[in-house]
Amino acid sequence: MDLPVILPDLPPGRSATVAAVHDLQANDAIARRLRELGFVAGEAVRVVTRGPFGGDPLLVQIAGTRFALRRAEAARVLLAPETAVAP
Amino acid sequence: MEAVAAPARPASGARPLRAALVGNPNCGKTALFNRITGSRQKVANYAGVTVERKEGRARLPSGRELALLDLPGAYSLQAASLDEAVTRDLLRGFYPGEPAPDLLLCVVDATNLRLHLRFVLELRALGKPMLVVLNLVDAAKRRGIAIDIERLAAELGVPVVPTVAVRRHGADALLAAIDAGEARVPSGTAAQTMPDADALHAEVHRLLDAAVRMPPAALTVEDRLDRVALHPVLGFLLLGAVMFLMFQAVYAWAEPLMGGIESATAWLGTTVAAWMPAGPLKSLVVDGLIAGLGGVVVFLPQILILFFFILALEESGYLPRAAFLLDRVMAGVGLSGRSFIPLLSSFACAVPGIMATRSIQDPRDRLATILVAPLMTCSARLPVYALLIAAFIPQRDVLGVFNLQGLVLFALYAAGILSALAVSWVMKRWRRDTREHALLLELPAYRWPNPRDVAIGLYERAMIFLKRVGGILLALTVLLWFLASYPTPPDGATGAAIDHSFAGMIGHAIAPLFAPLGFTWQICIALIPAMAAREVAVSALATVYAISAVSDDQAGALAPLIANDWSLATAIALLVWFIYAPQCVSTLATIKRETNSWRQTGIATAYLFALAYGATLIAYQLAVAMGAG
Repeated sequence: MDLPVILPDLPPGRSATVAAVHDLQANDAIARRLRELGFVAGEAVRVVTRGPFGGDPLLVQIAGTRFALRRAEAARVLLAPETAVAP
Repeated sequence: MEAVAAPARPASGARPLRAALVGNPNCGKTALFNRITGSRQKVANYAGVTVERKEGRARLPSGRELALLDLPGAYSLQAASLDEAVTRDLLRGFYPGEPAPDLLLCVVDATNLRLHLRFVLELRALGKPMLVVLNLVDAAKRRGIAIDIERLAAELGVPVVPTVAVRRHGADALLAAIDAGEARVPSGTAAQTMPDADALHAEVHRLLDAAVRMPPAALTVEDRLDRVALHPVLGFLLLGAVMFLMFQAVYAWAEPLMGGIESATAWLGTTVAAWMPAGPLKSLVVDGLIAGLGGVVVFLPQILILFFFILALEESGYLPRAAFLLDRVMAGVGLSGRSFIPLLSSFACAVPGIMATRSIQDPRDRLATILVAPLMTCSARLPVYALLIAAFIPQRDVLGVFNLQGLVLFALYAAGILSALAVSWVMKRWRRDTREHALLLELPAYRWPNPRDVAIGLYERAMIFLKRVGGILLALTVLLWFLASYPTPPDGATGAAIDHSFAGMIGHAIAPLFAPLGFTWQICIALIPAMAAREVAVSALATVYAISAVSDDQAGALAPLIANDWSLATAIALLVWFIYAPQCVSTLATIKRETNSWRQTGIATAYLFALAYGATLIAYQLAVAMGAG
């Protein structure tokens, strides 16, 4: 059984496909905003680089736009496991 | 022409056409706004909130007036911040005091359609007359993005007008389209319910498949620049170099201009003094108004140079990169990467810095940034530092390369920054706040800053500074002039006249409170006018020490006097006091306005005073113990 892989687990430079953005609580405003910014099932996402201290925040590219996301925010993004594991 | 045409026109035609520019952040909306309206802009706040309201006027080719509103950038009508809420309510016609616009100009960045079209679809569901403005078409072409504009318009059911906001004729086609009444209610979507997230996303994909051809992914300019700008080592070296260049420019370039303003003020003071009959009115005009306002205007060059850099860096897309680099450190103490820009502005003056916190969406992060912004060493503290350093710190080389005076100045800046980090850390602990505070920051594409947009931004900030600071300062200057001039000394009295005035009485009365800090009664008197603006402390000291108030070189004459009169420990104590300097009334007034809370203003005042008193007490007692008393 595949465990869900979350966006902060993705090594920099690798692309994967978004499976879903899950709510940490009911009516999660951060999760909703992530969906509005284009983090929806089927989109390709890439961690461009990580912040200099503790790898936080992440620089994430989705559909030509770059966002700085803290790890806790990025952890809401679930990736399709088969696209995220190293070949 | 206007006079002939106006009477023939029906009354309803005389009303300007109200249009609103609406779009995602970073879509080039404001550049387009500047291009269309030029200098015919009015910047204010929306009623009741601290969200900037920008309206401008332009004339359409037919001669009709266009009233253009530049709405705050938004990603969605599901508002996540105050800015977005204003945009949402205004578009729906709910905003009190704001009529709903006649038509919407939805601006999209042609290089970022996947994100921006989503918002267009949300706006389309409002069922209002609209035009889609396809901005930055030149940048899209350079990247090999091919957009079939007619097809896109047909699929959207809304006319699409391509523009290049920074070009001279970039907006002409848009104005012509507005004039021709091309904006229309989207076909077949009127009074639709808002589509859900998945449906919007699917529709964006359908539109892109139908009308846009993307080039195969390649290593972009962004990739190469970000590899340096966000590098753990190179990124910080670059940030350090940029900051160094900026502050170097602020002090080196501003010097001659400031000297000029000082001489002009002194000249104006002497000239007016020669013209006016002696008496209280002359004293008010020369010592109060001219000296006081000159003291404000003298900081304008430094503030404009600093803001020139901040605006250019902001336009270029670099500042969000700096926020990315620093976010972890700042989040660790309860701030955010977004706090970087307001705090940077506070090095010029805390007033525009506190106003710049509006870009921080999270209320806690914004409040924390507001409360620590006064700890950044603003340009008004420099004259005080310069006077004390020149009088007490010897010109000496340290380790062969550094200058001791320069090192002390650097230490004062560093002490302010470290104190800000410590204070926000304590506040974070105090609140025991465990909620999550989002960063979610878009890093836009790098762009060359446009001179027009930088110039307009600079003008706006200069006006804010002059109006806000000038208004308060003018009132306080008059009040303080009164306190320092009355009552007049009795006949045959010796010593400085100020000693006999209300200010002198207050100075003497509070002297025991400040005695443990090593402050003399002269310093206590100077602290009172310094409430209006910190640098006034220098001219107030000059007054106490009976140096002519309109002398061209007050500080030069003052330095040897205080070097004789004060101990080194007192000088150190006063330097430490001014790191925290709680007594800037303009800053406190701005905190009140931006937080809309007397409680927060009280907290800021109290903590700054307590910090200043405590740190100064420790510094003075340590210095005395070490033999500097």
